[in-house]
Amino acid sequence: MAFQDNIRNILKNELDDIRDSGIFKEERIICTPQSSEVEVEFPAGSGKKNVINMCANNYLGLSSHPDVIESAHKGLDHRGYGLSSVRFICGTQDIHKELEKKLTKFLGTEDTILFPSCMDANAGVFEAILSEEDIMIADRLVHASIVDGMRLCKAQRDTYKHSNMTHLEEKLKLHQGYRLKVIITDGSFSMDGDLAKLDKIVELAEKYGAMVFLDDSHASGFIGKTGRGTQEFCDVVGKIDIITTTLGKALGGASGGCVSGRKEIVELCRQKARPYLFSNTIPPVVVSGAIKVLDIISKTTERRDKLEENTNFWRKSLIEAGFIIKDGETPIVPVMLFNAKLSQDIAKDLYNNGIYAVGFFFPVVPKGQARIRTQLSAAHDIHHLEKALEAFVKAGKKYDILGKSKKEIIEMYGD
Amino acid sequence: MSDIKNAILEYIKNEYLEDEDEDEIDFDTPLISGGIVDSFSMVSLKVFLETSYKIQLPDSKATPDAFDSVNNIYKLLKEFNIQ
Repeated sequence: MAFQDNIRNILKNELDDIRDSGIFKEERIICTPQSSEVEVEFPAGSGKKNVINMCANNYLGLSSHPDVIESAHKGLDHRGYGLSSVRFICGTQDIHKELEKKLTKFLGTEDTILFPSCMDANAGVFEAILSEEDIMIADRLVHASIVDGMRLCKAQRDTYKHSNMTHLEEKLKLHQGYRLKVIITDGSFSMDGDLAKLDKIVELAEKYGAMVFLDDSHASGFIGKTGRGTQEFCDVVGKIDIITTTLGKALGGASGGCVSGRKEIVELCRQKARPYLFSNTIPPVVVSGAIKVLDIISKTTERRDKLEENTNFWRKSLIEAGFIIKDGETPIVPVMLFNAKLSQDIAKDLYNNGIYAVGFFFPVVPKGQARIRTQLSAAHDIHHLEKALEAFVKAGKKYDILGKSKKEIIEMYGD
Repeated sequence: MSDIKNAILEYIKNEYLEDEDEDEIDFDTPLISGGIVDSFSMVSLKVFLETSYKIQLPDSKATPDAFDSVNNIYKLLKEFNIQ
């Protein structure tokens, strides 16, 4: 038997270490379509519970929209279930090209290439366009998939303090001698819910002859007046050289991602990006659903407007109730608790009161910055948020943290 | 010796601490395991050491353990005859 006891023990010990460090992840089983309310079985084997979902990336509430589902059905009926191929052999249908064109138009770029996920887009894009003579300069809080993509690339790497433009400029000066320079940032930072200072970044890029890379996964579809993302919010549409984004969050929530931007960059991805070259094409059912999503959000801003109203209501209500939240404009609203155990205890209390939200702590966020991350959706109605607020206030009173400063909470519970 | 350590400490303060950070750091403060420098942003420190001391640090040497305090970094530099 190849899988001998000593091998099993090594792996078991590693799992024990993960459990001991308190970061062991357990899946919660959802028995309904994704929505503002879901039926959850947690822990596995326990009874099902109806809860308000405050932790999905379903920002526009399109994950289970009837028109998207209908379009997905049509894709299945007319273009089949799968293609059994990568894109460049026999995995590109007319609908793949249609979706790429629609994304290009929506994002205001020159061209777009689909990837199986944005994780794959980020893993493949840097290696496809950069070499040892080049440098990547990244915000320190960029998404893990960008970190992985940078590690797979032979170009030199450096980082700058989160959203610190003075520090970024120092780095651009330091690295002026490189052939190609790329400033790398998320649009909306997924743990803090703040937006990149993209207008300043573009200004610095122009000054130092650098390119700008933007991962807009937590912004595409709803940030900016017409939902074009952080680039629209910061008024720099057309000035971002590389945008990666996902179809797995606001844009239908199924799967898939893309690189969109300068046509030469997109073409190099078609020629060289390994996750594009060596993984299967996106299935027709997902492509057809995503096309409908883009049609819906290109016609009306109704859904992103409702999301904005929900976000404003939620942020204002939490502050008025006496919670400390991270400042920002996005539907990612972290409720700061600072202490890891407190974040887990409150998340548990919320769940028992019908609210599904997750507590995060070190190493996912910096030490002493534990929080419960709440995420709004256009699928939420005010009554959902009122119920969620009631549960938060109940927990806040129980742990006596309402109206308390960061220092006071840390004095009570530690950091 | 202390000149090199002080230069590294000064770099770490400027590079990794935010203005609002109140905690003092010294030669023994755990940098990686203490959450001051994460494995991703550690690359800036590597670039600084390579540029300042004109050395090439292979990935096998530039480990989280080797970078976990100013004293550890100094030990690493000594292997490259920097002291």
